[in-house]
Amino acid sequence: MRYPRFRLRALGAVGCVAALAALAACSSGGSGGSTSSNSNSGTVTVAVVSNPLITGQMIPLTQSNFEKQYPGINVKFATYTEGDLRAAIQKAISTRSYAFNVVMIGPYETPLFAKNGWLTNLSKQYIASDPGYDAGDLLPAISKSLSYKGDLYAVPFYGESSMMFYNKTLFQQAGLTMPHNPTWAQIEGFAAKLNQPGKVAGICLRGLAGWGDNMAALDTVVNTFGGQWFDMNWKPQLTAPPFVDATNFYVNLVRKYGEPGAANDSFNQLLTLYGQGKCAMWYDATVAATSIATTYPDVYKQTGYALAPVNLTKSSGWLWTWALGIPQGASDSGAAWKFVSWATSKQYDQLVAAKYGWSAVPPGTRTSLYNNPQYQAAAKPFAAITLESINSVDPEHPTLHPVPYTGIQYVVIPQFESLGLTVAQQIAGAIAGTESVSQALQAGQSAASQYTPAQLSGSG
Amino acid sequence: MTVIEDLAPPPTAEVRPRRASRRERWQLRLPLLPALVYTIVVTQIPFLVTLWYSFQSYFWNTPAPAHFNGLSNYKTVFTNPAFRGALVRSVVMTATAVIVAMVLGVFFAVLLDRKFLGRSIVRTLIITPFLIMPVAAALVWAGPMLDPNFGLVNWLLQPFGVHHVAWLSTHALGSVILVMIWQWTPFMTLIVLAGLQSQPADTLEAAKVDGAGAWATFGELTLPHLRPYIELGVLLGSIYLVNVFDAVKAMTQGGPGTATTNLPYYLYQQVNNAFDIGGAAATGVVTVILTIIVATFALRMFARVFQFEEA
Repeated sequence: MRYPRFRLRALGAVGCVAALAALAACSSGGSGGSTSSNSNSGTVTVAVVSNPLITGQMIPLTQSNFEKQYPGINVKFATYTEGDLRAAIQKAISTRSYAFNVVMIGPYETPLFAKNGWLTNLSKQYIASDPGYDAGDLLPAISKSLSYKGDLYAVPFYGESSMMFYNKTLFQQAGLTMPHNPTWAQIEGFAAKLNQPGKVAGICLRGLAGWGDNMAALDTVVNTFGGQWFDMNWKPQLTAPPFVDATNFYVNLVRKYGEPGAANDSFNQLLTLYGQGKCAMWYDATVAATSIATTYPDVYKQTGYALAPVNLTKSSGWLWTWALGIPQGASDSGAAWKFVSWATSKQYDQLVAAKYGWSAVPPGTRTSLYNNPQYQAAAKPFAAITLESINSVDPEHPTLHPVPYTGIQYVVIPQFESLGLTVAQQIAGAIAGTESVSQALQAGQSAASQYTPAQLSGSG
Repeated sequence: MTVIEDLAPPPTAEVRPRRASRRERWQLRLPLLPALVYTIVVTQIPFLVTLWYSFQSYFWNTPAPAHFNGLSNYKTVFTNPAFRGALVRSVVMTATAVIVAMVLGVFFAVLLDRKFLGRSIVRTLIITPFLIMPVAAALVWAGPMLDPNFGLVNWLLQPFGVHHVAWLSTHALGSVILVMIWQWTPFMTLIVLAGLQSQPADTLEAAKVDGAGAWATFGELTLPHLRPYIELGVLLGSIYLVNVFDAVKAMTQGGPGTATTNLPYYLYQQVNNAFDIGGAAATGVVTVILTIIVATFALRMFARVFQFEEA
């Protein structure tokens, strides 16, 4: 067995080349794919948030209806919690790995992603040639929040503002009346009277760290107390008196009259607590009304609704929508639009109504839904106030004093993703009692101060 | 790995093998080559890439391409109080969990070493927590056990005047450590039990004849005999628990505030919430260097344990 030396070397070289080729094949996998393929076939991978309206309706309806209607299109879902969803989408989109050809994003991401050229212009690419979609029917506030330079880059699956839910029976027993447009001072008074430690919390509020979690609720309080994240020169204002007052108010309210363990609670946890009758009041997203109606019928009967509480401003609800967008350059984009337009269409509402009832239809996206007599009848307690809440917000002018940014419960700058979380963690610490509000805001202020105004305004 | 080679006793036999020819040596290496190439591809290349990223400014949430920014990521790591906090918390969590689990492990092992009715059933029950998936254990503790409203722990403590304690808010670090202890005590018990069963019966008998009491026997004979087993348990426990992620993610998500953010979770947040790839890479590199330093000492101890055994 005598092998000439060079053969072994050659063998080794071949092996290396083969290994490298395999690596290269792996790394380039998925970036191919044609965009001009037939839109009635292909695979659509959708990244979605794990909310009841998605896991309980969108996913089963896709299997039972959409895939029957378009047998050539195979839809795969990847469900995440809000924080993980952002990370997964950000990674897939910015590294152009094309892991998803439909992504669920909101008014924070849409303009930023569109500006970076990461999203398909839905208005020009599809809606213009698809009159049946009727984009003019979308609620103006929602449609504006998903637009960049006048074109839609994502279309809404459901939309929400924030409002106050309260237990009418408990209010009656205590001899209290909730006004339609309450102030935060009134709410604090009610919470103090209704709080029964160990049985019912006076008010349930979000405390879980996350800019879309505790900060969403707190930011609306900050705004109506006259606070703001930055002044017109992009100087952080987290230790300015209105921000401090608002934070003290919120933290004290939840610590004194809130649910125990608030620092770990966000929408899903609070929905369970409220649904089990453990909250006299609950300040959260308007969309919770739909979940209460479908999941907790007993509590639904006792539930009253009021607009988001105010202090110095006239209204103070937030604005959010979970919307579907198509990453620029994704494969099978024609099939992706077929899915996106189906899930956000009027026909989808009909499907949900037929299977789950009209009160379960995803709210807050289309004017026609609120003009539909069947929906008006089924969702009578909350339909009008949801619409009123969404129509009352102005993300372009979110605060009492002028600010250089847009967004009510967030700031539309790339740095907010990290800054918002840092501040949210500090606030969660204050709610848990591991640090004081002033310590928390000092830490937040110094985190915000590490960016220069030029970086924040995007000119640097 | 160099450590192990350094510590290996020098070959005493003076039989020098015949010097293999170049070709023969290659023939010996060849079958090993695919495994070696594979190992290099899956371990060293990612490390080099990480090293490269740690000198780059690279953020997922900006369209700007990655660019070289010198040592600034490392400067941030060393000046950032969040990193130091996470480091300290990692040490506190690991040390507390390992020590308490070991003390409980010795206690349970001594009890289980006795003969009693149903011993095999009890042993199986004791070991179960270690067999449960860490993330499942964390979820069960976070939900049904420690929930302030519906939790079993609060319900059990109610007769003793404990009302609606929000364990994961007010005692977050303690709760996470509790779960780590709960999961790792069985492992420590097993290791120590093995040690107890290898203790020669005649030594114990001799001690009894000499009139030694139970405590004296335990302190003077059993504990010294168990020392290598305890050291092994502490070492293995530390290696695993310093990397604990499941419990933090599932129970507290590092909070409230940063109360339970340890190094693995801090790194995860740098990637998943701040999208700071360069900074996360630098954190990872610094952590690897620190781990190598600690592991060097640990492996020395490991080697001593076995020398001790042989002697």
